[in-house]
Amino acid sequence: MKNLSENTFSVPFGPQHPALKEPENFMFTVDGERVVDVKIRLGYVHRGGEKAFEARTYTQGLYLVERICGICAMAHQLCYVNNVEALIDIEIPRRADYIRTIIAELERIHSHLLWVGVAGHEVGWDTLFMYAWRDREVVLDLMELTTGNRVLHASNTIGGVRRDLTSEMISRIRKGMKLLKERTNYYKAMIPKERTLMKRAVGVGVLKPQDAVALCAVGPTLRASGIKRDVRRDDPYSAYDETPFDVITYDGCDVASRVLVRVDEILESIKILNYALEHLPSGPIAVRLPRGVPAGENVSMVEAPRGEDIHYLKSNGTDKPERYKVRAPTLANWPAVGAMIKGGYIADIPIVLAAIDPCMSCTDRMTFTEVNSAKSWQWSRDELRRYSLKWRGK
Amino acid sequence: MAMQNELVKSLAKKPATLLYPFEKYDSIPGSRGKVVIDITKCIGCGLCIRDCPAFALEMVGKGPTCDMKWYITRCVFCGQCVETCPRSAIIQETTYDLAGAEKAALVIEYKRPKSS
Ligand code: SF4
Ligand code: SF4
Repeated sequence: MKNLSENTFSVPFGPQHPALKEPENFMFTVDGERVVDVKIRLGYVHRGGEKAFEARTYTQGLYLVERICGICAMAHQLCYVNNVEALIDIEIPRRADYIRTIIAELERIHSHLLWVGVAGHEVGWDTLFMYAWRDREVVLDLMELTTGNRVLHASNTIGGVRRDLTSEMISRIRKGMKLLKERTNYYKAMIPKERTLMKRAVGVGVLKPQDAVALCAVGPTLRASGIKRDVRRDDPYSAYDETPFDVITYDGCDVASRVLVRVDEILESIKILNYALEHLPSGPIAVRLPRGVPAGENVSMVEAPRGEDIHYLKSNGTDKPERYKVRAPTLANWPAVGAMIKGGYIADIPIVLAAIDPCMSCTDRMTFTEVNSAKSWQWSRDELRRYSLKWRGK
Repeated sequence: MAMQNELVKSLAKKPATLLYPFEKYDSIPGSRGKVVIDITKCIGCGLCIRDCPAFALEMVGKGPTCDMKWYITRCVFCGQCVETCPRSAIIQETTYDLAGAEKAALVIEYKRPKSS
């Protein structure tokens, strides 16, 4: 690596961390406390998923596709069934569309609450982490009630959904949403006043709107840079064409805006849920389909909690796909992470990385190497977090 | 300190978590747990095995005289087999604490009663 000055260090970040987050390697060039450059190396958790689709029938693929991401399971499955249904050229019952929308929004709420907690944890505010995760249990219980599983819901089938919503479930979702609305409003009012978070988030990890567009950022990361883009509104699927909702944007372009976008999106999701529950059409929840899928290709897009998720399907007319390609939202956000981190402080790396809500990333072990003296040392993720808290506390 | 009211309120409450395994979590009805096969209803068509995404079911023998094996360690609790079975021979219970220390105990055999 080229030395930029006497004080330039190269800092490999990751990839080993089997526990909390997935492995990832970042090579930072730092000048004192400032990050000058970053290189991202992907591929440590290559699981061969796309190839595995080719060896599985469309029915088996339903459950494989969920396992791309445990948190965006519904979004990936929705993208998959949209693809398959488009190739078969079938309209699914309207009630199924609404139920899909309901489950997808429940998932968004759980994902965003999880993220709010993680963001709190990264800046050393574990109280917020505990409270947000406690509230997330409400959604997970509703998931178990409606789909049978707390995560990896297995709620869709090709041609509809697998479980109907009973009136008891509906009233329990309503009750849960009332509680969560109260809680989220509380966080919304409290977060901007809480210095623990704001001192670490305002003006940190800046991504200018023009950079966000040029680097193809997606989801809350993009919307926190003031760009109004959301697949649910731009290219509606399921019942989003009938559901009124606002696309939330903030112009702060920093970590603080990314927090606020997500908190507001929880409130929007609650609005969508209440609308969908009220206007839930009656009728069947699925249509029976033949097992094979006609030859052809299709691309479908879904707004996952982390951003735009794109799947491509090529069928050769058999009961197994010929090719399945997935572009998960986190992949689209990596180039933007480079722009956010450059010029910032080492201590801000954990929160800036966490702010895109990466679905795969590891920040466990890092080696800091001083290029000139070849002095090196290692920090674990926890040590970096402690260093970051201590350094920021100065 | 924007959270102080919340903190004070929480002091009086009991923890939000359960002390598992001393306190058990009550599964919600309809929760997807243990797969149970009523082997007397099974006709050995093998459709469940074709649809299982995790290769968690196995047929021992063939056709209407077969026995079935269910591998707990492979099952992803999706419930597809329940939906696929044309004879409704498979049901899913809500039992979730299926872990065990012995590998052999993690394969459940559903054997046909000997009819003579
Ligand atoms: S529940 Fe799913 S993974 Fe388990 S045996 Fe049935 S089909 Fe296979
Ligand atoms: S689908 Fe039902 S009847 Fe057929 S083999 Fe499986 S359990 Fe037996």
